[in-house]
Amino acid sequence: MRMPRLRLKGGTSLWIGGTLVAVAIAVAVAAPLIARTDPVMDANLMNAEIPPGLEFPFGTDAQGRDIYSRIVYGARISLTVGIVSQILNSLIGVTLGLTAGYWGGWWDDVVTGLTNLMLAIPSLIFALAIMAILGPGLSSLLAALGLTAWSYSCRIARAQVLSLKSQGYIQAARILGYGDLRIMFTQVLPNILGPLIVIATLGMGGAILSEAALSFLGLGIRPPFPSWGSMLSEARDQITTAPWLSVFPGLAIFFTVLGLNLLGDGLRDILDPQSTTRRT
Amino acid sequence: MTAPLLRIEDLRIALRTESATYNAVENVSFEIGRGEAFGLVGESGCGKSITALSVMGLLRRPLALAGGKIVLDGEEIQDASPAEWRRLRGKRVAMIFQEPMTALNPLSPVGRQIAEMFVLHQGAGWSEAMDRAEDALRQVQVPSPERRIKDFPHQLSGGMRQRVMIAIALACGPELLIADEPTTALDVTVQAEIIDLMRELCAAKGTAILMISHDLGLVANMCRRVAVMYAGRIVEQQDADAIFASPRHPYTRGLINSLPRLGARARQGRQRLQEISGVVPSIAGYPAGCRFNPRCVAVTDICREVSPEATPLPADGLVRCHHHG
Amino acid sequence: MLLVLGRRLANVIPTLLAVVALVFLLFSVLPGSFISGMNEDGRGAIDPAVMERMRKEMGLDDPLPERFAKYVISIAQGDLGRSFRTREPVTRLIGVRVWPSLKLVFAAMSFAILVGVTLGFVAALRPGSLVDTISMVFAISGLSLSQFWFGLMLMYLFALQLQWLPSFGYGDGGIRHLILPAIALGVGPMALLARTTRAAVLDVLNADFVRTARSKGMSERRVVSWHVLRNALVLVVTIVGLQFGSLMGAAVVVEKLFAWPGVGSLLVDSVFQRDMPAVQGCILMIVLFFLAINTLVDIAYVAIDPRIRYRR
Ligand SMILES: Nc1ncnc2c1ncn2[C@@H]1O[C@H](COP(=O)(O)OP(=O)(O)OP(=O)(O)O)[C@@H](O)[C@H]1O
Ligand code: SF4
Ligand SMILES: [Mg+2]
Repeated sequence: MRMPRLRLKGGTSLWIGGTLVAVAIAVAVAAPLIARTDPVMDANLMNAEIPPGLEFPFGTDAQGRDIYSRIVYGARISLTVGIVSQILNSLIGVTLGLTAGYWGGWWDDVVTGLTNLMLAIPSLIFALAIMAILGPGLSSLLAALGLTAWSYSCRIARAQVLSLKSQGYIQAARILGYGDLRIMFTQVLPNILGPLIVIATLGMGGAILSEAALSFLGLGIRPPFPSWGSMLSEARDQITTAPWLSVFPGLAIFFTVLGLNLLGDGLRDILDPQSTTRRT
Repeated sequence: MTAPLLRIEDLRIALRTESATYNAVENVSFEIGRGEAFGLVGESGCGKSITALSVMGLLRRPLALAGGKIVLDGEEIQDASPAEWRRLRGKRVAMIFQEPMTALNPLSPVGRQIAEMFVLHQGAGWSEAMDRAEDALRQVQVPSPERRIKDFPHQLSGGMRQRVMIAIALACGPELLIADEPTTALDVTVQAEIIDLMRELCAAKGTAILMISHDLGLVANMCRRVAVMYAGRIVEQQDADAIFASPRHPYTRGLINSLPRLGARARQGRQRLQEISGVVPSIAGYPAGCRFNPRCVAVTDICREVSPEATPLPADGLVRCHHHG
Repeated sequence: MLLVLGRRLANVIPTLLAVVALVFLLFSVLPGSFISGMNEDGRGAIDPAVMERMRKEMGLDDPLPERFAKYVISIAQGDLGRSFRTREPVTRLIGVRVWPSLKLVFAAMSFAILVGVTLGFVAALRPGSLVDTISMVFAISGLSLSQFWFGLMLMYLFALQLQWLPSFGYGDGGIRHLILPAIALGVGPMALLARTTRAAVLDVLNADFVRTARSKGMSERRVVSWHVLRNALVLVVTIVGLQFGSLMGAAVVVEKLFAWPGVGSLLVDSVFQRDMPAVQGCILMIVLFFLAINTLVDIAYVAIDPRIRYRR
């Protein structure tokens, strides 16, 4: 089956996605420069629940904090979670996949079993269980999202090793006296780098959504720290009186994840023309 | 003289890519009389299948008819509307495809796939159509057709599937059957059976055949007239006997010399197309002048500059070569 | 058919055992942080007496293998333990939550299939058209939405502003309370199904047998309904099965948002109440359901595709 793919004409999705992601990264990096107030400390009850306007572009919350500034800082949390968790997932997945394909035998069985186990548990439920045990906070989030979504990269790495094996490349490299590690780094990794980048890009979007969901439940980043999910969790009770509190963090999540999805789709056309990276 | 059943005149098929438009087929003309068997021969990629598809109105992007006439029984059909094409397809012109493995719907019983023809073109109800599908299977000599009609394609061998394809194609008694390499994918023994079956059934019903193959021997055996295609053009066309007795185009000669001959084969071993070196150029890389010139043994300077016109031969034949012998 | 089911069960049972082991290990070997975590989140320290009772109930002083054996045996007997909070059997606690959850999940999936597959089909039949572009923009937006935020927006618009539908709760179990949560939950799989269906239909439309069908003189409409539909469905069914996993994850959040009395909101509440047996029970229940769905999908697969029925 081919990968379902958005086909805007001539790489449009790459450009739109790239731009959105670039903006998100720029905002996260420049947060202290472009934020108007401190996202946590600058509470001022005099300014409570002011709708979006000239003074506060996105309005203020019940404690009078500037929503715009909080969203700007929220980008740091979302992107950190997205990037770090995907690096963790890629490292775990590639290591397990490479070694399983390379050594085969019981180790391969163990890794395959683990992969099946991961696939049997809905990933958000898995993450939720880990958050429940580790307690809320950024490092727990990184663990919960970075340790539970490696099955894709694992499968790709393993399949690539097996295919190289069957073509005799690895045998040949061994005869030339290359060591195992050198073979893995020179023969296998370059071949899967493209698909891995695609997976990580799409996975970042997923991780950001999961972070928001967990924080919304109160299990991720806890108020008063400005994660987009925790902002929504606070905003929910004021949806009738102050709907803007809910609108802007949600839009921030939406455009960031949309950017990552579009970028991933666009990158797939370039880096993975055979579409080995199905997202299903 | 009565009008031929099918007349192709100066057919041109364009391949449109993002950057350029190529002529995948051009200057192709031939005629097929009622009940006649006509052969179209050429190496892989020379444009046989797309010529056949154009007669069915089945060219799809990036390919499209770009010029010429297709005349069926005196009526020009190249510009027919989708509804008109539908009335022609299956009913008056039918086609058997190259790949029996994929040409049938894997999720539908073969009986139903035959029965569709009766439902579509003869207004039959499904149960009547299924009965007639069973008869049709019997006609193409599938054993125990009453059971086979319920089978799915994957339960049949390649030869059996191609018989089902024949049953579908001949179901509504078409005037013309296009057989696009119907046996290429089959074992040699099965090949002969399938060819004989097609010939018998078509002779009995007076159906004309457009037989496409890269096997000149097979085509010459079966057809009265033969056209040889190379790189999108017909390079020689003659009666089957004449083409063997006096091939006029260097490419045709090469094809004939590469045919395995009794005795000779024992000594030389199997050597196919050894007489013609090189490969068919791709559409984008057709050489200037005669398209065969890079591979031709008789090539001269003019061949590299001027594309040869068709020279008429006796009995409606033609050859397209500056130095036809 | 029986054979397929048997083979599938042979695959499911080890997976299920592994999940049980994982849940056991996660919570029973590291219970300290789970229970004492309560002190940190400001809900008050646990009474030492309660703590002692918990330790006893969990048999924390027994050796690990013995505890695991006991755990597996009691689960096999349908006993998930008693809730720390209410002292009720966890099975009963979960039991009353199952039906609302099933209703929500299936309603969401039905919405996703209905809208997603239709969109994908329409897009595939006119590739490159305006309809195609719009539905694919729609689809990628759906994939990028945070489902609970979308739910919140739906709630604001249709319940609070327009007052067409109730904003939260289960009500009398009727359809009015179901609509908003089902749409919020279904929008993600809807988007993915639209994309997958489009790709699947485009693939099938290029298949040789579709050309055969056209060569028979069939109208495009018949080509689609007689030959394309079923073949595309095979691919769609697979995606539906796989999507149930993420759907059930998202259901936890959507249930919580709409105060829907399902297994998901029980899970979240139990986490906050440090009610470990209930948390474990809910997770097992969700995994079991997911595995059951995948088994059903395999069976549906066999029913649609004769090649599998006869193979092996
Ligand atoms: N769908 C398509 N897209 C692009 N090019 C095509 C397509 N179909 C055919 N062609 C090109 O048109 C040319 C003629 O193809 P055609 O299938 O008619 O060859 P053929 O003579 O039937 O060869 P074969 O013996 O392999 O069947 C080929 O060079 C091929 O590359
Ligand atoms: S025209 Fe020249 S190159 Fe072409 S076939 Fe004739 S002799 Fe050969
Ligand atoms: Mg062909």
